[in-house]
Amino acid sequence: MKFARLILVNLLRNKRRTILTVLSVAVALFLFATLRSVVTALDAAGEVGSEARLITRSATGITFALPQSYYERLRAQEGVRGVSWANWFGGVYVDERNFFAQFAVDAETYLAMYPEMQMPEEQRQAFLAERTAALVGSGLMQRFGWSLGQDVTLQGTIFTGDWTFTIRAVYTPDDPSFGDQMFFFHYDYLYERTNRQIIPGWYVIQLADPAAAPEVSDRIDRMFQNSSNPTQTETERAFNTGFMTMWGNIGFLVRAVGTAVFFAILFVAANTMMMAARERIGENAILKTLGFQDGLLFALTLVEATVITVLGGLLGVFGAKALFRPGNPMNSFIPGFQVEWSTVALGVTIALLLGFVSGFVPAWQAKRLSVVQALRRVA
Amino acid sequence: MKIPLVYNLRSIRERPVSTLMTAAGMALVVAVFVAMMALSNGFQAAMVRTGAADNVIVLRKGANAEMYSGISRNTVSIIAGMPFVAHDAANQPLVSPEVFVVIGLARVTGGLANVVVRGVSQRAIDVRKGIEIVAGRSFRSGASEIIVGKTIVGRFPNTDIGETLSFGGRDWTVVGHFAADGSSFESEIWGENEQFMPVFRGEVFQSVTFRLDDPSAFAAVEQTLEEDPRLYVDAFREREFYENQSVLLGQILNFIAVFIAGVMAIGAVFGAINTMYAAVSSRGPEIAVLLTLGFKPGNVLSSFLIEAVIIALLGGLVGCLLTLPINGIVTSTTNWNSFSEVAFAFRVTPRLLLNGLIFAVAMGLLGGFFPARRAAKQLVAQALREA
Repeated sequence: MKFARLILVNLLRNKRRTILTVLSVAVALFLFATLRSVVTALDAAGEVGSEARLITRSATGITFALPQSYYERLRAQEGVRGVSWANWFGGVYVDERNFFAQFAVDAETYLAMYPEMQMPEEQRQAFLAERTAALVGSGLMQRFGWSLGQDVTLQGTIFTGDWTFTIRAVYTPDDPSFGDQMFFFHYDYLYERTNRQIIPGWYVIQLADPAAAPEVSDRIDRMFQNSSNPTQTETERAFNTGFMTMWGNIGFLVRAVGTAVFFAILFVAANTMMMAARERIGENAILKTLGFQDGLLFALTLVEATVITVLGGLLGVFGAKALFRPGNPMNSFIPGFQVEWSTVALGVTIALLLGFVSGFVPAWQAKRLSVVQALRRVA
Repeated sequence: MKIPLVYNLRSIRERPVSTLMTAAGMALVVAVFVAMMALSNGFQAAMVRTGAADNVIVLRKGANAEMYSGISRNTVSIIAGMPFVAHDAANQPLVSPEVFVVIGLARVTGGLANVVVRGVSQRAIDVRKGIEIVAGRSFRSGASEIIVGKTIVGRFPNTDIGETLSFGGRDWTVVGHFAADGSSFESEIWGENEQFMPVFRGEVFQSVTFRLDDPSAFAAVEQTLEEDPRLYVDAFREREFYENQSVLLGQILNFIAVFIAGVMAIGAVFGAINTMYAAVSSRGPEIAVLLTLGFKPGNVLSSFLIEAVIIALLGGLVGCLLTLPINGIVTSTTNWNSFSEVAFAFRVTPRLLLNGLIFAVAMGLLGGFFPARRAAKQLVAQALREA
C-alpha cells in the first residue's frame, strides 16, 4: 500500500493521457454491457414461459388455427388442470410502426392461467364484465399515453374493419421479462364480429404437475395425429425460446462484435501503457539504483495499467447500468432490457484482464531494464 | 509551402509499434462497421429484389401481408380480364394467382423454422423475371410436385431432387431447385396453387400478381382496382410491397451498426489522440526546426493532420480487407411481416468499403486535430531549448 502514492503520481503525470485512456476503456465496456444485456434480456424473455404450461398449436404452421372441439378434449386429458385459448389479432394502431402484440383471449380462463399479470380486482372484474373491454400492459399505456377508460381503435389486418376497445384494466407483470407491452381483449367479441368464422389460434394448458410435461404433450399430439388438424405441443418455455431464435443468430453476432471491441480497446490501452513506460525508462533505472527490486517494478507497472482499465471498466458498466434502468425506452423492443449484475461482474473482470494484458509488455521491460544502459541514455 | 509527405511517412516508420496499434484499433472499428452494414445491406437487397418494378400485387383490402389476405377466384378472373394487364406472345394474360402459407419445417440443425409455401400457377415464372430452375425441372400441373428455393436446400432435410417433403397432410416430391436473383423467393417452396388450395385454406387465393402493360400507369391502375365495386382489394407495386417489409428491420440494423461503430470509434479516437500527442511532444525540436525553416504554423497543422489520416487510412484499409471474406456468407432472420424465415447473404459492396474508409478518415481527423493544433502553436525558442 505504501506505493499507492507512487502509482498515483505516475497516473497523474500525464493527466490528459490517463483520462483519455480511462474514457476509451469506459466506452468499450459500456458497449460490452449494452450488447450483453441484449443477449441476457432475450434469454430471460425466452425463459419467462412457464414449465407448468403447455402450448398446443397446429402442426402445419404457426398461422393455422385449431378446432373449438379440442377444448373439451384437452380438458378431459389426465394431468391437465386448466385449458384456455388465444388468437393473434395483428391490428394496426394509427401507423404500422406502432407495433405491439394483440391477443383475443378466452378472458376468464386466460386470466386464471396467467397470475404473472397483476391488476386491481375491480379492474379485473370490469374487464371480464364488458365484451369490448381491453386489458393493456402498463408499458404500453405509458408508450401511447393512454388512460384507463379510454377508447382505442385498431385497424384490422386479418379481420377487416376498425375495432374499438375500451381500456378497462391495466396489468403490471410480476417479472419484467414477461413483458408489459401486450394488449388483450375478448375472444367472444372477435367471434361475434366475424360472424362466428374463427376458431382458436392456439391452446394454453395448465399442467397439474410440470414434471409430466413431456408425457402429456406426447399424449396430446398422438391423440390428434391422424385428424385433419394435427397438433404440436411443447412447454411454453420451449415455445418462447423457439420464438427468440427467429431473430437469427444474435448470440454469435454479439460475441463477434464483443471480441472486436475487446481487441480494439486492448490496442488503445496497450499503446498508452507503452508510451507511458517509454517516458519512464530513466526513472525506472533510478528506482532500481535506489534498490527497488525487479519484481516490484514489474508489479507497479502492472498495477498502474490495471488501475486505468478497471477505472474505465467501472465507469462503463455502471454508466450502462444507470442508463438502462428498468422502464427505459428499450423495453418496448426487448422486454426486461436492463444490465444484470452478472454483466457488471463480467465487465469488471474483462477490464482487469485488459489491464494485465496491456500492462504486461511494459512491465516486463521495466523488470528487465538494465540500469547502466538506461542511465547512459538519460545522460 | 507544404511540408513534403515523405516527412510524415518517415516519421510514422520511426514509431512502428505505436502506429500499428493505433491503426489496428481503427481497423477493428471499420471492420465492425462494414460488416454490420453488409448485414443490413444483404437483408434489404434480398427484399428489394423480390419485387419487380412493373409488377402489381393485389391483396384483400386492409391486409398488409399476404398471409392475412384472401382473394376469390372471381376476383382473379375479373383482374385477369382488365385491359392494363400485360400479355405474353400467345396472348395469355401474365397473371399469377397465388396461395401463400407459412409452415413449420424442422431445420437440419434442429428446431422449427417458419417457411413460406407458395402455390403458383405455371405462369408465375413468366410473370416474375429472374426465376431460374438451376437443377431438375419445374413442377407439373396436377402432380404433387414442388420446387424449392436454393437457400432452402441444405438447410432443411429432404430437399434434394427426388426426395419427399411432407406437409399439409400430404407428401410432395421435390423435382427442382430454383434461383431468384438472390431475392427472398429463394427462401420459399413453390408448387401448384390448385394442389395447395385443398390441403391448406380451401377455395381461396392469398394474392394476385400481374405484369403491367405500361409500368408508368400504376397510379391509374391502382385507382381502377380499388374503386371497382366488384372488388375489395388494395394494389401495390410489387417492388414497393416487398421493400416496405424490409424497411423497419433494415433501419434497426443500420441503427445498430452506427451505434456500435460510433461508440467504438470514440474509444479509437481517444487512442489516436494519445498517439498523436505523444508524436507531437517527442518531436518538439523537429517542429521548431520546421518553423524556423519558414514553414507556416498552418503547414505544420496540416502536416500532422495528414499524418493522423495516413494512420487512420492504414487502419481503414486493413479493416475493409478483414470484411471481404464475409461477403456472400448466408445467414437468416425473420421477415416479421410474414413470420417466415428469410435467408440472405452479407453484401460487402464497393460503396460500403468506401464508406468504411471515409469513416476511418473521419476518425483520423478527429484524433489528429488537437495534437496538430498544439504542434502548430509551438513556440520556436522554447522548443529549441528542449533540444
